[in-house]
Amino acid sequence: MDYFDIFIGILGSAIRLSIPLLFTALAGLFSERAGIFDIGLEGKMLVSAFASACAAYWTGNAWLGLMAGIVVAIAFSFLHGFASITNRGNQIVSGVALNFVAAGLTIVLGQAWFGQGGRTAQVPGSGRFTPIILPGADAMREVPILGPLYANVISGNNILTYIAFLMVPISWWVLYRTRFGLRLRAVGENPGAVDTAGISVSWLRYRALIVTGFLAGFAGTYLAIAQSAAFINNMSAGKGYIALAALIFAKWKPVPVMLACLLFGFLDAFANFMQGKSIPLIGEVPVQIFQALPYILTCVLLAGFIGIARPPKAGGVPYTKER
Amino acid sequence: MSLDLPKEIEPAIELVGIDKKFGAVHANKNINLTVAKGSIHGIIGENGAGKSTLMSILYGFYHADHGEIRISGKPISIRDSQAAIAAGIGMVHQHFMLVENFTVLENVMLGAEGGQLLRKGVASARKELKHLEDDYGLEVDPDAVVEELPVGSQQRVEILKALYRGAEILILDEPTGVLTPAEADHLFKVLRVLRDQGKTIILITHKLREIMAITDTVSVMRRGEMVATRKTSETTVEELAELMVGRRVLLHVEKGDANPGRVLLSVRNLSVKDARGVTMVDNVSFDVRAGEIVGIAGVAGNGQSELLEAIAGIRKPASGEIFIDGNPVAGIDPAGLRDLGLAHIPEDRHHMGLVLKFEEYENSILGYHRDQRYGRGAMLDLDAMRKDAEEKIAKYDIRPPNPRLKTANFSGGNQQKIVVAREIERDPNVLIIGQPTRGVDIGAIEFIHKRIIDMRDAGKAVLLVSVELDEIRSLSDRILVMFAGKVVGEKTGDAGEQTLGLMMAGIAA
Amino acid sequence: MSTASVQLPAWINYGVIPLLNLVLAFFFSGLVVWAIGESPIEALRLLLIGALGRGEGIGFTLFYATSFIFTGLSVAVAIHAGLFNIGSEGQAYLGGLGAALVALSLDRYVPWYVTMPFAVVGAALFGAACAAIPAWLQAKRGSHIVITTIMFNFITSSLMNYLLVRVLIVPGKMAPETRTFLEGGQLPKLDWLISMFGGKLGAAPLNFSFLIALVMCFLVWVLIWRTKLGYEMRTLGISPTAASYAGIPYAKIVMIAMLISGGLAGMMALNPVMGASARLQIEFVGGAGFVGIAVSLMGRNHPVGIILAALLFGILYQGGAELSFDMPSITRDMIVVIQGLVILFAGALEYMLRPAIVRLYQQISGK
Repeated sequence: MDYFDIFIGILGSAIRLSIPLLFTALAGLFSERAGIFDIGLEGKMLVSAFASACAAYWTGNAWLGLMAGIVVAIAFSFLHGFASITNRGNQIVSGVALNFVAAGLTIVLGQAWFGQGGRTAQVPGSGRFTPIILPGADAMREVPILGPLYANVISGNNILTYIAFLMVPISWWVLYRTRFGLRLRAVGENPGAVDTAGISVSWLRYRALIVTGFLAGFAGTYLAIAQSAAFINNMSAGKGYIALAALIFAKWKPVPVMLACLLFGFLDAFANFMQGKSIPLIGEVPVQIFQALPYILTCVLLAGFIGIARPPKAGGVPYTKER
Repeated sequence: MSLDLPKEIEPAIELVGIDKKFGAVHANKNINLTVAKGSIHGIIGENGAGKSTLMSILYGFYHADHGEIRISGKPISIRDSQAAIAAGIGMVHQHFMLVENFTVLENVMLGAEGGQLLRKGVASARKELKHLEDDYGLEVDPDAVVEELPVGSQQRVEILKALYRGAEILILDEPTGVLTPAEADHLFKVLRVLRDQGKTIILITHKLREIMAITDTVSVMRRGEMVATRKTSETTVEELAELMVGRRVLLHVEKGDANPGRVLLSVRNLSVKDARGVTMVDNVSFDVRAGEIVGIAGVAGNGQSELLEAIAGIRKPASGEIFIDGNPVAGIDPAGLRDLGLAHIPEDRHHMGLVLKFEEYENSILGYHRDQRYGRGAMLDLDAMRKDAEEKIAKYDIRPPNPRLKTANFSGGNQQKIVVAREIERDPNVLIIGQPTRGVDIGAIEFIHKRIIDMRDAGKAVLLVSVELDEIRSLSDRILVMFAGKVVGEKTGDAGEQTLGLMMAGIAA
Repeated sequence: MSTASVQLPAWINYGVIPLLNLVLAFFFSGLVVWAIGESPIEALRLLLIGALGRGEGIGFTLFYATSFIFTGLSVAVAIHAGLFNIGSEGQAYLGGLGAALVALSLDRYVPWYVTMPFAVVGAALFGAACAAIPAWLQAKRGSHIVITTIMFNFITSSLMNYLLVRVLIVPGKMAPETRTFLEGGQLPKLDWLISMFGGKLGAAPLNFSFLIALVMCFLVWVLIWRTKLGYEMRTLGISPTAASYAGIPYAKIVMIAMLISGGLAGMMALNPVMGASARLQIEFVGGAGFVGIAVSLMGRNHPVGIILAALLFGILYQGGAELSFDMPSITRDMIVVIQGLVILFAGALEYMLRPAIVRLYQQISGK
């Protein structure tokens, strides 16, 4: 196997691994830019994965699975909003709580409904998002360099992958080119400015959380019925936190979010590839280094050694009008 | 009480019987006010007179318990800021309501975007901004990021925001508090142009100079009441000052002559910058001797707070030196300064002087908690702390006399006594004090003033910062006046109010 | 007038409100049980019998509670200094390495009571080391401690994974764990404690670290309310501006508070590593660090409250395990749901009931 094929292989796998991160990080982008910290991304991903697997299994329709994933993730977003916007509770505590509820509830319900130790039943092919072969992929395969890239990296992904990449410019456009986006960014920086402009701070933040739920629903659905064919215990496995790291690493901006997710996905893919292999001169590099790298990089960034990551100014602080 | 307007001038705003209570505080009592269209109307009063509450009601931030608001003669209900904007009211807040990392254009558009998408709105906003700039002389680069603009320009953005939303009535809340004199002059120029073009302007301030310089009409508020309305051309600074303060029972402080000894506190060429890098204290030098009280007079925001915090070791000076009894101390932290005999009664007892959630006895050692008398080594001796607190409670008549009560449950005067007792009972050589009687009842004021005089008579050096001119005049042996970060003059303790007032306004030295 | 400023008596603040929040959490958990077709009342009965019915059950309950006391104290100490440490999980994990290294090097030569003090110090030091970098980043660079401690949970997990799979593993074995400690590296079981009450400990791993946990509760109480350091931590935690006025050094207190917090989390490892399994196993913490958040919130950051809350979660963990035997349709993960709901109601929604309670209180007391 020559190096180029290996590279193509890793790249394809990197993209597959970065998709759930990308959806989740974009989800976090909307809530955090609106001033609501969300460490409950992990939980939203998990409940939506569970909901989409159940719905897809029962209906045999992947799109209905996606719908269910989105609806449930939005419901969790509303809970977060109820605690942290309406009741002015601590956003971190609320996020931690919802992560636990998600982790427990998916297994309890999964066991009750399917009796397979927390797994859902295998979703049939029609209930899944399967790879799409783009036109000309086979014909292109023989073209040097571009051919394998097209056939193995660009083609052969499921529809959610393409949607994920589409979500990046859409998120950018919504944030920077629409009234909703302008107000959303404003409320994360100075809710007072939004309030005195005659806009409801609460409703604006709730709407941001709806978008967060919507995108997190895609992430969970991708895990359950695109990457796998069932819901498995704790299948998000910390991806929600990596997405959070990617969001910080990208300094809360959509296009850098995509790059950060691809980087973290690539590290993951590379770690998988390096398992048990040794590099000349260095020897075997522990895969755990690659697993820890996203978090280490994020800490280094937070320490201010690679530029300054300035979070939205009003983030984490419940808004009170009274002075 | 409303002003009789000539028949041909129509009122822009009429407030009828506005009443508002916050719990036990009666912030606005049956307020009546008429503001003529196309005029600049000043509202003046001391801190806490109810000016800001009244304007917040007008802008829909609070709801009046009773009363009616009429705009151009028509009664309307202002439920929220949106309704106020729709009624043509714009407000420039004391603390700007700007999104700092947005451009000027984005800030102006926020809430008035002109459709779901920004593109069309951006183009028309840009055009409109150009118009506003041409019409009123409000030049700001629409693509500049707000946080990079000087404060004066940021304020212009606030005015532009209001005008862009079609405000016919503009409320400015203490607009010059953060401005340099040159910026303030520019603001006044803009306000005159706005008035001449038919806008109605309400200016809230506690600065008499501004009222005289720019308003057509002035209303005076005192303790929640509207006490008078005058044509500016027919009144004087003296009359307004008397109306603002009311026939106050002048506090008489028994005080003998000062007997100054050697220099205990010395400040040389001190400059202090705030977090934004703006110079707040500018090359200030002075001495305070043993056995004298030096008062620093000035309008709030002219650098007194920063000066005090720099001497107390809370803020690092940008340059210059501070000496306590001849030893250079700039850069030493507050704990080290206490050991050197400095005590500090801070301006803000709620955020600095006290931890409101602590029990009283815990606050009575704040800053001195490392002292061995409150516990040996690393431990705290609660019994010793409580006994100490009880002694102070008795000596300073702090009520209720319960060291286990949460500090937040004491009245303002008693909270201040807790701080004063703690700082004075340490028997410091140098005592620096900020706003010793802000929000304190009369009885406690007298008590605290007496203690300050006692300190002087015991041969201590006392530096007193207060925005209450009466307090400065009745306590100080010498008075320094600060304006725009500089000490602009020094007077003896018996200097006249008017002389000092002019210096505080930056007019005379 | 807004109800936020009204003062309620302590028995309402620390008694009635947490209890009501707990009732709410259990009510919604009961709904889940009901939704999957089981009787919530019966489930609760089975859970309580499983946790408290026999000596062995009590032994397990106290064993779990021991871990939660340590992590609960860890979270509470940080909160008193105004810091939210979500990294107790990782700090406990690394603490296990400290305890294991001591046990592995001493167990051949000395009895357990000689090993123990070194193990306590080792576990605490390693736990503190794991908290040190996030603490430094917060103190000196202003990086948000919530985010950095989350990151360090994962970094620690990767590090321990590597060490157990590559370095500490017994050659020729598959399981990523150290060798079993000899008796000199094990903490003795507390049979006598249970038999004092006429029960039998059986297979329950309740061990000496339970007593260490109780001692730590006392020491934390002394630290927070009886020392000058605790006074400085509380001042900083409530009012950073008052702390700066009082000359309390921010960076130093942040560092110390986080090192103590990390040390307490690290000591949690004594319980499973030296008390129960007598070896360092992969992912032995099993979420106890996160339970510490719930325990601290529920216990209002006070050692006594923390003991009570840790017992509650001990009952849930042990009772939940038993319950899943008796009611196979309810898995053990039900306790994770309850845990989440407790954090939600006792933490994030702590103000939800307050206005109603204030109004009720004012009506009853006639104010």
